[in-house]
Amino acid sequence: MSRRIGIDVGGTNTDAAVVEMGGDRPVVVAAHKTPTTLDVLSGVTAALAEVPTDGVEVVVIGTTQFTNAVVQRRSLNKVGFIRLGYPAGTSLRPLVGWPTDLASVIDGGHHLVTGGLDYDGRDFMPLDEAAVTEAARRFADRGIDAIVITGSFSPIDARQEERAAELVLAAHPSARLTLSHRLGRLGLLERENAAALNASLVELAATVVSAFSAVVRAAGLGGNTRLFLSQNDGTLLSLDDAAAYPVLTFASGPTNSMRGAALLGGVSDGIVVDVGGTTADFGALVTGYPRQANAAVDVGGVRTLFRLPDLESIGLGGGSRLRKGASGITIGPDSVGQALLTEALAFGGLEATLTDAALASGRLTIPDIPPPALPPDLDPDAILTVAARMIGDGADRMKLASGNVPLVAVGGGAYAVPDVLDGFDPIVRPEHASVANAVGAALAEVSGEVDQVFHDLGRDGAIEAATALAIERVEAAGAARGSAEVTDVEDLPLAYVPGDARRVRVRVIGRLA
Amino acid sequence: MRTLTAQDIDDLAVGAWILGTGGGGDPSLNLLSVHAGLDAGTRFDLIEPAELDDDAQVAVVSTMGAPMVMAERLQDTRDVARAVEVMADYLGRGFDAVMATEIGGSNSLQPFAAALHLGLPIVDADAMGRAYPEAQMTSFAVGDLQPWPLSLVDPRGVESVVSHVPTWKWMERASRALTIELGSMAATCKAPRSGREVKEWSVHGSVTLSISLGEVVRRAKVEHRDPVAAVCDAHRGRVLLRAKLVDVNRRTTGGFLRGVARLQGLDDDTGRSATLEFQNEWSVARVAEPGDPPGGEGRVVVTVPHLICLLDLVSGEAVGTETARYGQRVALVAFEAPELFTTPRALEFVGPRAFGHDLDVVNPFGGDSQ
Repeated sequence: MSRRIGIDVGGTNTDAAVVEMGGDRPVVVAAHKTPTTLDVLSGVTAALAEVPTDGVEVVVIGTTQFTNAVVQRRSLNKVGFIRLGYPAGTSLRPLVGWPTDLASVIDGGHHLVTGGLDYDGRDFMPLDEAAVTEAARRFADRGIDAIVITGSFSPIDARQEERAAELVLAAHPSARLTLSHRLGRLGLLERENAAALNASLVELAATVVSAFSAVVRAAGLGGNTRLFLSQNDGTLLSLDDAAAYPVLTFASGPTNSMRGAALLGGVSDGIVVDVGGTTADFGALVTGYPRQANAAVDVGGVRTLFRLPDLESIGLGGGSRLRKGASGITIGPDSVGQALLTEALAFGGLEATLTDAALASGRLTIPDIPPPALPPDLDPDAILTVAARMIGDGADRMKLASGNVPLVAVGGGAYAVPDVLDGFDPIVRPEHASVANAVGAALAEVSGEVDQVFHDLGRDGAIEAATALAIERVEAAGAARGSAEVTDVEDLPLAYVPGDARRVRVRVIGRLA
Repeated sequence: MRTLTAQDIDDLAVGAWILGTGGGGDPSLNLLSVHAGLDAGTRFDLIEPAELDDDAQVAVVSTMGAPMVMAERLQDTRDVARAVEVMADYLGRGFDAVMATEIGGSNSLQPFAAALHLGLPIVDADAMGRAYPEAQMTSFAVGDLQPWPLSLVDPRGVESVVSHVPTWKWMERASRALTIELGSMAATCKAPRSGREVKEWSVHGSVTLSISLGEVVRRAKVEHRDPVAAVCDAHRGRVLLRAKLVDVNRRTTGGFLRGVARLQGLDDDTGRSATLEFQNEWSVARVAEPGDPPGGEGRVVVTVPHLICLLDLVSGEAVGTETARYGQRVALVAFEAPELFTTPRALEFVGPRAFGHDLDVVNPFGGDSQ
């Protein structure tokens, strides 16, 4: 395959990596770290300037900009809501339970419209089409373009949301719609919340997407270079999709790190631990991709049901403070954080940190830094044993069954992961782990998904039809013909619907052509 | 009488989830609705059963159905109030107070939904003292009180009254059939109770117990104390095992979520293990000791009607049968059932055999046995 550039815009650093596949492992041709800039773009430009771009045909950018916009409540536009489910649900209106500062920034009003489905796919109420048109006209009059449409049980059957979308566009041609079934699963409020976050970002997304294109062109990458953003599940997002569904980039940071760790370590199923300065983050790999969380996730104080990687963090990192208490040695959860190089004992400071213990025990060596002397009640080996137990427990929480699985250790504090850990084998420490995120972005693949109701085909027939449709979609999205592999199949018979009705979800992943 | 604060209601939701004994549904959506009402200046007054006149009329409310449907349809608090109104119209007589059928889980907040619109005081009592999977598993059924009538309301304007049934079990079957046809969710007002019946045949103090459980958990978190120990100290609970969840096997049969969860002891409990059976709620717990012959099931340490709870070791909050998963660190905790559920007649409704287990009741607190 050709060369690719992955760029990961994180909170602290913007990392770039030029990657080629050599055999079954990626080869990192060049990599560069540069501080993330306030405007993001100059950091991306700086990173691109430092790596060779010859022969690069694909650039993939992972960015936290959209997440930050929500967390910092800036660059968000007003959102109008149309909910299809009246007469139910009037005591839980759109934006209920949101932090008031965020709600007041994006609230553009709502209409509760008669409609929605029951769990078996029948109409809860027939859609009140005139009311949808009227709502669209009112939003148009008030200049509200970003509109969320949420129908009850739309993940089972999206027909009402799609019909409402046609009606809104007919009455309000400049509307930019977010349909809830594109973003979430069952749980109407959480799905509506996710859709609302997305809709609040559509104006920013249009700006960001065109700016990224301009920066990449300006870096001398020619017209043949294709540009993508990376999305939550570690696959590619076209620029058009990124402009319409920016919320799909929310968790691309941790996802790219895990994907990169998997590829660099040659591990497709197992656990990844990323030990940083303050926390150790754990995730699980399933066929090379992060396992997704099943539960509600909090984003910027809003309860959502995004498909985000299932991550757990513990307060253990290279900068974690050490203490001797009544019940023994404790590590963290507080950390000297970014001040490690001035506050830790080894660097002339006054704080005993995990890095100091690792240096004192000989587990870690840093050129020109002699092992520090720890206070007598802090035995370095005992500290590393405690750290190993904490890491073992954390990694174990991510496992779905007992038995040994591989553990990939990355991050600046990966030395805290012992070479032998009960329940984990082998322990893999890949090279270039510090730019795993950029490598993960560079090597993202293409995904296609079908999630809809099929009638009168039987179970096998319905799954077959869904798979064919998913493959068609993934190839349309840029996957090489014949490269698609099915990664997920779920089917749910719908009782009480006349005939044999079955909801089938199929997800496929293919190699970028 | 006591006027409840917003904090009380938050605590109630946490405590009710613990009393859900693994089921009963997550109260968070109902809590949001009730908060919306509180913001508008509603007052919730809690009264003790003793404050009721003998001939006072008490509405008993709950919402029947599937948690998935509740999460998608988003219950309107007006429907709960409407179920009470339909019952009042049918009886030709108004209500003096409202109470919950089931304090465990989301139904604990249903009286608040009704009170938002009707302004009725809420009785500090319920008919289960926890969550149970079937509607006839109540103290009122144990007391052989009249099971009819029942009103049932759907937001689309379907309103019905089941005016007569021969037994409590028939009321469960008839009301469940209606509920399923309405999309597996309906607000119900059960057979009305007199003040005297509530005094004699309800579980007293269950609302304040819930609030107090939630408060203990909240305070323990703030003060960085062990929340599980705090809950047990405050409410005569017993920790049977501190463990890691190593397996959960679920299946859905007959409209219920059934299965088995397995726990492996941690720290001081290393080497011990437990299996928990469930039907929506945890129903039987067995513990195997290190010296036991391998492959054995272990000894039954607690059964229904006593309360079997899994509490998260860190947060102290309940772990439900729908959400339990491998790797969670939990405490297996038992609380003793209210006395009125431990009589031979009561056990016909809520003992292990009512859940299909050929077992006698086991009470870890020593009290009763069959």
